[in-house]
Amino acid sequence: MEFILQPWAWYVSGPLIALSMFLMFYFGKRLGISSNLETLCTIGGAGKFVDFFKFDWRKNKWNLAFMVGLIFGGFLSSNYLSNTNKVAISEQTKVDLKELGFNNAGETYMPTEIFSKESLNLKTISILLIAGFLVGFGARYAGGCTSGHAIVGLSMLEKPSLIAVIGFFIGGLIMTWFVYPLIFS
Amino acid sequence: MKYIKFFLVGTFFGIILSKSEAISWYRIFEMFKFQSIHMYGIIGSAIIVGIILIQVIKQTKLKNIEGNAVEFIPKKRGKYRNILGGIIFGLGWSLAGACPGPFFVLLGKGVFPILIVIFGAMIGAFSYHATKEKLPH
Repeated sequence: MEFILQPWAWYVSGPLIALSMFLMFYFGKRLGISSNLETLCTIGGAGKFVDFFKFDWRKNKWNLAFMVGLIFGGFLSSNYLSNTNKVAISEQTKVDLKELGFNNAGETYMPTEIFSKESLNLKTISILLIAGFLVGFGARYAGGCTSGHAIVGLSMLEKPSLIAVIGFFIGGLIMTWFVYPLIFS
Repeated sequence: MKYIKFFLVGTFFGIILSKSEAISWYRIFEMFKFQSIHMYGIIGSAIIVGIILIQVIKQTKLKNIEGNAVEFIPKKRGKYRNILGGIIFGLGWSLAGACPGPFFVLLGKGVFPILIVIFGAMIGAFSYHATKEKLPH
């Protein structure tokens, strides 16, 4: 049981992610999470404003079931399958984060400076909203996110996915190296 | 009942993402700083095993659960959409420290501020479809 309770190594996790993709293909579907955002918009009544959202969301029930599974998986893992909340990030990462004002980096699963109820203020709420907006807008513009493009698309050796993943990294590097020092310090 | 299998794969996927720390904000920051092999190892080994599994499906002409050939539906192509959408997505991925799958796993872990991110992502997806006629694809 100990090997399940401790954090899993990358060489265990990566192949299991590929297995999940395989299972979805076997069940007749292509794994991809960000299209659920569109389904949620449709359920929320977005079809009244933009015609695209007038589709019948019931055809995507399979993906909503997958999404609810993700939530349940997070719940199970957090409550029954973990013996630590710490994340073993590198020492240099802790130093860099300290400079940006993040104390105790790696001592909790998520930084309490952004992801705790106590830290919610105009600045952190704006960061979370804008970050979400960019993810949702970018994923649907690019036609997929990390699951659909980086994992499934690259496994299928698709060129559009390779270009999208290069884009993911260009954006991510700009944010981490150049924008972070401007918003955190 | 036919949706239970998708729920179960989702649960399995959620547990992997959570236990691998791939949904920790810290791991994403560390990845973009090139300070650990961890995230590259996860994504890289997933893709290598994924390539092999897809070749196995193709070579053995594996049938899916409904008895039909496994379908590989390609993504939409375009000169600009993948790179521009990708960059916008990357900016958000790095700022949130999470992408859409992890949003929902984190919600299950009880990280409730992620609801603000999910709400933002829905507005983002909505805004894309509201403005896409004017965007280069």
